[in-house]
Amino acid sequence: MISTVIFASLAVYSWKILGFLIPDRLIGRRGRLIAERMTVSLLAALVVLQGFSSQSVLVLDARAAALIVAGALLAMRVPYIFVVLAGAFVAAGVRFLGF
Amino acid sequence: MSRQVVSTSLSVGLATGLYGLSFGAIGSAAGLGVPAVMLLSLLMFSGASQFAFVGIIAAGGAPLTAISSAWLMGVRNSFYGLRLNTVIGPRGLWRLLAAQLTVDESNAVSAAQVSPRDQKLGFWLTGGAVFIFWNTATLMGALAGNLFGSVETWGLDGAAAAAFLGLLWPRLKNNLALAGVGALVALVAIPLTPAGVPVLLAAVVALLPVGGKK
Repeated sequence: MISTVIFASLAVYSWKILGFLIPDRLIGRRGRLIAERMTVSLLAALVVLQGFSSQSVLVLDARAAALIVAGALLAMRVPYIFVVLAGAFVAAGVRFLGF
Repeated sequence: MSRQVVSTSLSVGLATGLYGLSFGAIGSAAGLGVPAVMLLSLLMFSGASQFAFVGIIAAGGAPLTAISSAWLMGVRNSFYGLRLNTVIGPRGLWRLLAAQLTVDESNAVSAAQVSPRDQKLGFWLTGGAVFIFWNTATLMGALAGNLFGSVETWGLDGAAAAAFLGLLWPRLKNNLALAGVGALVALVAIPLTPAGVPVLLAAVVALLPVGGKK
């Protein structure tokens, strides 16, 4: 596992250092757009994966309630850190109540 | 307004740090062990990539899938680097260090400053603060996770879902259709494909003309 972690870290670092090494004019507007789009679609997939799945099975549980509350708080412009805390609080609370 | 840069940097560092608690706990609950979890925060140091890596390992995914998902999640750091290179212009070893501290938060705080001096200061202070708080919190989370048991009891899985939604939220305004398709692809792919593949398929969606605004 340690060697997998190190290899993955090097892979992630390769992106970070790449940005500092290549001249800006080689990337252009299209490259920047793809990076932004990739971030959006990956995050959307991660919300679904983290919120509605368990071991390759789709599930609806306390995490769905956490996501609904988090979405409502974000719409009310509540700071990020409180949104994350509310996610934990709601998921734990809903489970405590036995759902 | 350097004092404002200092307080912004430190509060962003602290806020992100608390989120590191849940990473530490989720990581150790995924069965990675404290050393592996700490190595992720020290060496990979990129929240979304770390969560993707741990999520796939926890779901029983292959190491190669975990590595490639973490790698793909990091693409945007390249583009932050492009910007930061012109703003802070680091030389030699400083360049290697600047690259390691290049994350969403350090770039965002830097980009929000007006004067070049504050942009530079904002990057180094935020990057440094996030690194210190994130790693301290990861260690605490990893140890507490082992002590107190289940991630579910503490709602940390709910916190992680909310955290991803919070990162996605400010980007939704211009990319709602794209996010919808990415989520839908993941939803369909989760029961049909091995762990990790749904996220990779969502990455492919970004290359297709979906929800395009040119």
